[in-house]
Amino acid sequence: MNTLKYFSHPKFAMPNIFPTMPNQSLIIETDRGLFCPAGDFYIDAWKSVPRNIVTHAHSDHARRGSDRYLTASDGVNILRHRMGRDAVIDPIPYGQIIELNGVRVSLHPAGHVLGSSQIRIESAGEIWVISGDYKRQADPTCRAFEPVRCHTLITECTFGLPIFRWIDSSVVAADINAWWAGNQAVGRTSILLAYSLGKAQRVLAGLDANLGPILLHGAVHAITEAYRGSGIELPPAGYASVENAKLHRGKAMVIAPPSAMNSTWARKFAPFSSGVASGWMQVRGFRRRRGADRGFVLSDHVDFPALLETIEQTEADHIIATHGYTDALVKLMRERGKQSSALQTRFGGDEEESEETVETPVVEGEA
Amino acid sequence: MKRFTALYFELDETTRTSEKIAALGRYFREAPPLDAAWAIFIVSGRKIGKAVSSRLLRQWAAEASGYPDWLVDQCYRVVGDLSETISLLVPTVADTNAPSLHEIVEERVRPLGSITQDSQREVILGTWSQLNTDERLVFHKLLSGNFRVGVSKQLLIRALAEVADVSSAVMAHRLAGQWMPDETTMDRLLARHDPAAVADSGTPYPFMLAHALHDGTSSLGAIADWLIEWKWDGIRAQLIRRAGQITLWSRGDEVVSGAFPEIIQAASALPEGTVLDGEIVAWNDETSKPEPFIRLQRRLNRQTVEMTFWPEVPVTFIAFDALEIDGADVRDRSLVERRAMLETSFPTTSTLRKSTPLHYETWDEVLHIMEEARSRGVEGIMLKRLASPYQPGRPTGLWWKLKVEPYTMDAVMIAAEPGRGRRAGLLTDYTFGVWDNGSLVPITKAYSGLTDVEIVEIDRFARRHTTGRHGPVHTIEPLMVFEIGFEAIQLSPRHKSGIALRFPQILRIRKDKKPAEADRLETMQELLRSMGY
Repeated sequence: MNTLKYFSHPKFAMPNIFPTMPNQSLIIETDRGLFCPAGDFYIDAWKSVPRNIVTHAHSDHARRGSDRYLTASDGVNILRHRMGRDAVIDPIPYGQIIELNGVRVSLHPAGHVLGSSQIRIESAGEIWVISGDYKRQADPTCRAFEPVRCHTLITECTFGLPIFRWIDSSVVAADINAWWAGNQAVGRTSILLAYSLGKAQRVLAGLDANLGPILLHGAVHAITEAYRGSGIELPPAGYASVENAKLHRGKAMVIAPPSAMNSTWARKFAPFSSGVASGWMQVRGFRRRRGADRGFVLSDHVDFPALLETIEQTEADHIIATHGYTDALVKLMRERGKQSSALQTRFGGDEEESEETVETPVVEGEA
Repeated sequence: MKRFTALYFELDETTRTSEKIAALGRYFREAPPLDAAWAIFIVSGRKIGKAVSSRLLRQWAAEASGYPDWLVDQCYRVVGDLSETISLLVPTVADTNAPSLHEIVEERVRPLGSITQDSQREVILGTWSQLNTDERLVFHKLLSGNFRVGVSKQLLIRALAEVADVSSAVMAHRLAGQWMPDETTMDRLLARHDPAAVADSGTPYPFMLAHALHDGTSSLGAIADWLIEWKWDGIRAQLIRRAGQITLWSRGDEVVSGAFPEIIQAASALPEGTVLDGEIVAWNDETSKPEPFIRLQRRLNRQTVEMTFWPEVPVTFIAFDALEIDGADVRDRSLVERRAMLETSFPTTSTLRKSTPLHYETWDEVLHIMEEARSRGVEGIMLKRLASPYQPGRPTGLWWKLKVEPYTMDAVMIAAEPGRGRRAGLLTDYTFGVWDNGSLVPITKAYSGLTDVEIVEIDRFARRHTTGRHGPVHTIEPLMVFEIGFEAIQLSPRHKSGIALRFPQILRIRKDKKPAEADRLETMQELLRSMGY
């Protein structure tokens, strides 16, 4: 057992907290994020805190300004890229147990993006798992999700409605390649919009590099380099510079973050066809609203059948829902005889890196 | 079904006319003839039979998916389209092999009306298991009896005309009337030359259209060179009597004879070889004024109109031009000559009239009578150069239209509710209020007129400033002022304000105005009184 003494140093005073769950809870909600009172650490804190365990580096989960971060070794390069050179980051391998104030903590693969973790917390025989964002689909750019048995599961439910059911990602990859080839046939550049951390690399991994040149928007390029630096093998890809835009006009596949479409940036690739890779593309109304030429249903979040399956596999009897259609999941779990409640995490973030969760449409009426 | 489903999504996901026509053309060239015939039948808006109730579909979808009803309902609220919701919920069997479109329509959908509910359930669940998600969506659209895919009849006609290499008018005629798809339908529709040429004898001339006059009358020259008449608010149409047949064509290249049997009957008084250009107008004999256009729309939505329906919405055809007289094309003659021929071509009756030219000495007088347009139930004024021939399309400088400006008011948004379909999940349907004794009374709802960006902005605003909820309706803190345009105002005891607005439309967000500066109910009541109420 490895104890990170500095991470659990007693000089850090108990913060001012606003508990909204019973006192015996291992995890409570505070105005700074999820907090473990027994272990004296935060999870995915959105304000400055002394000790912050980060499930993954997306901006709605990892914020700058905390004194110390703890994250999975696989994700340390990317978190460093996001948190800045001076951030203090303690990496631990998946599965390794550390003790913080007598609370046993370990990280387990969540399959969301490179280095994403579920957090297992054990104290006095009571086990909680915070899923973080996760998916169950195959993804060559990160370790696959591993179900962890627990008493209480805090699960995301970004796509927690049965209309969300993903098709095999190899089928989506084939669709994207076919779209690319079709665009080439009519002399259009393909611009595929995907979140720069995770989705972009997953899409890149599925591209058929024999079709033509692949170019990456600056934001995507930087993170892709961090992926390569972490040992993830990806097809060769160039920088989406003005010169490359000219050189490969009508042939290239360009991967860019969604915000790039609102800028003048995209114009240098004209004529082009635009595609969006997102779980929301499952619904026509959302697809139309995005205004892209094509929508590809590809999500780094768990779909509904896999969400229910995961809950079964953890054998948890208390399900806490967070992020997304929480009311529906809570109601369904209660109907199925489980203890269940919802957690209101704050989400949203800077526009450039806004992750899928910030777009969750609001469900009207009763839960 | 695979091919038709692909067509549906191609049409659904583009707004470019050229791409729609290309997709339709590809489909009609490649699809088996019977499938193509059904596709035309369906896309042109014809009903294929009795639909299954959406309540049952919802119930069976819950059953097939294994989820409770409330969860199905919640999904529906997010998706905003029941056909799509159910298609996403029902499980997909691997390696489906969908039946063809004509099998789906002839063997599954059409018989549903005449079988028991248990058998219906069997058919629906059986068909679901043979289709993938996208195919199920199209299947549900067929079941709903409301198959809309953003293809107007005109667009369909253009695509088919291109495939057949005939003019749009010929294709429109071939598509018109009552027919059921069979193995020979496509041969008939796509024939290069019409063996029965007489079938094309009802073909209209291309319509001549007017430009809107924005720059005033000063550039028009002498008023004596112009014919002035009211701009009737109805359906532009050509009334054709040739070869013993009478056909009424709308400007949308559509035969509308079936909807207006009394005009067809009255037209038997026309001499053989007559084509008249005019407007179909709903007419109130008591006031001797046109009725609102909306009353005509009820007629248009029907393929055929029962005789008993007539008195409900009496209509008249107001002719304002003659294009063919005694079998001769007279479009090259001047308007003066054509009007003279029109005057003598038939005796005026209550169903078949002639538009009466207005006579004024100065342009000022013309602009002055524009103010009467509203109270006369017309849209405005037409100015037509007397020396002009009848030319297809929108030639410059010959015909002008002067439309009355809509009324406007400034009102405060007081409630909002989510839209459907494309706007599902966004608060897009707003209620507006005006001031009455220090409080805001609802005056109208309005939906259209904003850009997508503005809609998203208002959605965010409305959610931040929601003060209460009644079902889907959010009560909004009255902070945001809008300029609302409307075509007319009338008394309405059903509304709290006592006022109903016709065709309200959001003109713009008035960020420069404070809520207190919005209009007052009194102002609206004054407007109402000025209209003679």
